[in-house]
Amino acid sequence: MSTFTAIGEDREIDQEEFTPGIEPQATWCPGCGDFGVLKALKGAMPEVGRTPDETLLVTGIGCSGKLSSYFESYGFHSIHGRALPVARAAKLANPGLEVIAAGGDGDGYGIGGNHFMHTARENHDMTYIVFNNEIFGLTKGQTSPTSPKGHESKTQPHGSAKDPVRPMSLSLASGASYVARTAAVNPRQAQEILVEAIQHDGFAHIDFLTQCPTWNKDAKEYVPYTDIQDSDEFDLDTGDRREAAETMYEAESRLYEGEVLTGRFYHDPDRPSYGEEKRAQGDVPEEPVAERYFEDGEWERTADRLIDRHT
Amino acid sequence: MWRIAGGSGDGIDSTSQNFAKALMRSGLNVFTHRHYPSRIRGGHTYVEVRASNEPVRSRGDGFNFLLALGDSFARSEQDGAYYGNEKVKPLTESLADLNEGGVVLYDTGFFEEADIAEIRLEERAEENGWHVYPMDLRGLAREHGREVMRNTAGVGAAAALLGQDTGYFEELVREAMSGEVMEANLTIFEMAYEQASEFEFSHDLRVPTGGHDTDQALMSGSNAIAYAALDSGCRFIAGYPMTPWTDVFTIMSQNLSEFGGVAEQVEDEIAAASLAIGASHAGVKAMSGSSGGGFALMSEPLGLAEMTETPLVLVEAMRAGPSTGMPTKTEQADLEHVLYTSQGDSNRVVFAPGNLEEAYEQTRTAFQVAYDYQIPAILLYDQKLGGEMRNVDVDFFDREPDPSLGATLTEEEISEAAHHESGKFERYRHDPDDGVSPRSVPGQTGGRFLASGNEHNAVGHISEDPDNRKAQMDRRVRKLERVRAELDDSEHSHQTHHGPADADLGMLAWGSQQDTVFEAVDRLNAAGHEVKALGVSDMLPYPETEVRGFLESVRECVVVEMNATGQFRGLTQKELGQYGEKLASLLKYDGEAFEPGEVVEGFESSIDGGQPAAGNMRFVPAAGD
Repeated sequence: MSTFTAIGEDREIDQEEFTPGIEPQATWCPGCGDFGVLKALKGAMPEVGRTPDETLLVTGIGCSGKLSSYFESYGFHSIHGRALPVARAAKLANPGLEVIAAGGDGDGYGIGGNHFMHTARENHDMTYIVFNNEIFGLTKGQTSPTSPKGHESKTQPHGSAKDPVRPMSLSLASGASYVARTAAVNPRQAQEILVEAIQHDGFAHIDFLTQCPTWNKDAKEYVPYTDIQDSDEFDLDTGDRREAAETMYEAESRLYEGEVLTGRFYHDPDRPSYGEEKRAQGDVPEEPVAERYFEDGEWERTADRLIDRHT
Repeated sequence: MWRIAGGSGDGIDSTSQNFAKALMRSGLNVFTHRHYPSRIRGGHTYVEVRASNEPVRSRGDGFNFLLALGDSFARSEQDGAYYGNEKVKPLTESLADLNEGGVVLYDTGFFEEADIAEIRLEERAEENGWHVYPMDLRGLAREHGREVMRNTAGVGAAAALLGQDTGYFEELVREAMSGEVMEANLTIFEMAYEQASEFEFSHDLRVPTGGHDTDQALMSGSNAIAYAALDSGCRFIAGYPMTPWTDVFTIMSQNLSEFGGVAEQVEDEIAAASLAIGASHAGVKAMSGSSGGGFALMSEPLGLAEMTETPLVLVEAMRAGPSTGMPTKTEQADLEHVLYTSQGDSNRVVFAPGNLEEAYEQTRTAFQVAYDYQIPAILLYDQKLGGEMRNVDVDFFDREPDPSLGATLTEEEISEAAHHESGKFERYRHDPDDGVSPRSVPGQTGGRFLASGNEHNAVGHISEDPDNRKAQMDRRVRKLERVRAELDDSEHSHQTHHGPADADLGMLAWGSQQDTVFEAVDRLNAAGHEVKALGVSDMLPYPETEVRGFLESVRECVVVEMNATGQFRGLTQKELGQYGEKLASLLKYDGEAFEPGEVVEGFESSIDGGQPAAGNMRFVPAAGD
């Protein structure tokens, strides 16, 4: 039976398999942090042992949305803010897929904020990478949900009067079971965190700091950065929700004071994923729903099961 | 025709459903019409049940038996009832529509005679030839069981007054209940029957007798839509509650897990449609839906499905708009919304079924077309069709399921299909004659491609090359031409003709008004007119040949629809490019569907340049008049 032979295939995987022959060279600006995400993701895939054919990468709109063009796998370049609902349904339809969603800070924390909150709450077994450059890059530098208070742009000529979104705090409060922040300038940590996030059985959210040298020249390059796991100042138990919340708050505040705190902030390995919860209560069948359509077998009929109650 | 009226939250729905089912089991054809306010509890609600030994296809005109039950949620005037004396409303508000010679059975248990003095019941009964039977149903229910069982008492008393066989209702009570509750209900039913039998009957109205040749099932249009989805192999639904679409969503959610599928209630309708796209993309037959307001949020994912050619079925249950409008009232004003919403040239299929059987058939066709042609297919219906119940042959549902994913390849087929030199699968080739370039599904070996809402090349990568753009647009548009050709070649047209073929006056209806218009056509012909009608279901791609043929054969034609701007008339003129001088509109948009008598009246008064339509109807003459 060959329905989805790519899923669970056991073989050596080369990082280069994730470079698409059709667009091998990404067209982001020189010095863009997005290159760092692409490189870390390509590096993480062989480590987690998943192939391009069993991976679905769903992206939103923006520079970050182009990730699916420059990363070889099944891809779905969706619409602004809607990567998560597309991705989580694909995971429910076929839990064997490795599902990764990606978008920018405007995409995930602005227009798609409601989906972000609810996907985290449901704890789908997937990875969500948010390219956080504190700006709208593709549309030429408007203020974004993570732009610092006072940020001046063509759409906020007197400076933004809003406090920025706190992405990790929002994620934790919503129910994400793995929350981390990394930076494009720290490729080693980024790849490690991506590996952990992909391996985590639940909703893993990575706030990925991606410097924008074109439209956010004033902003720092996210150097120097501190890994909170290596810092003497923090002795964080990532399984402790209260400690995590405090540390996130600190990191989010200090980012705007010029201090870049990265690392793992929260990790709850025990919370069952949404798929597990649903399967446990009989709401999702044990076998992937998608497989049925390619196999022989009887299909239920309303004539046999439902019409009697109407007679 | 009965009207069973009571308080919202008093179980009027389930009582009348049992009542209708008992009539169906006794061999009659039944049709129900549901009226309810947009409130949880309180407010006056009613269900009309029409039964006959002839086929019944509409609500009919008015009713001739009123069963006015108490309203247990009514506030007394002393307690600050804002809407006058609420307790008497199930009785007083229904009287205006009671036909001449009708019968009134009302529960005296909730108010004093003085409370209804102002409605001059006796006087009006005299004028209208009504026969009035007051009974303390509440007291009877309290004495022999619990107060809520007064509905049962009402049905028992009604059965006595109309000489109805009690066996069927008792049988339903036994099936639905057990123990003391069942015993008490049966006792109350019998006591009420006996007590009502003691009245001196002054009316002649009796329930007719009939017989069915085949087993019958009583269900709503929403049931038919949901069952067709299940029989089409749909195993994923995502939605957000909104009246009246909630019915379909609920039925699917209650049954999908038993059918091996997944139902998701999500944060909003943007998510709902996006989830359906995600599931379909991953190889599951999927649907979503909403009513007008929620469907507005789906505009964006709808366009994404068109552009990525992800098969998708949406249902849209219309209610009176704009904005929140009248949530529990019916209307047909979302036609243009559904046809054109979302940016760019629209590329979708839209069916508007005329009745319960068509709702089932066309939902199945919608799934077939969506997956064969990789295009969104939308089933457009309304509060009327979704909520009304009818009996239908059980055999009608004896169908084969259709789990086909249409133009989706197996791994074996993918290995033989065309690939780009980079190894990517050519998911969006320019060359297919029918416009359909078969797809792969994530997880299949060798099927990798990119689905993108941006314009894209053969493997799905973003491309703004003008030649590619034109080729991809042409191919997507070509799919609709092929859908039209396939529908035209089909043995069973979605369009339904009614009335004498040689009649030179016509009526056009679409969606749920079809059977009401057909009933009006029968009456008009019986009254000496020569009229025929065409019920149209294919909104897009438009059934040009069939409608043109019909319009060519008539001198004048009235388009009957429930909206203020004549949307279907406009669509017809746009699609056919002519007939402005032949097409007049009979419109209604007060929240209530046309009754057949209204269509008769509207037609008679307005055809041949006559008088404007009466009541809440509006007549818009043809350009030539």
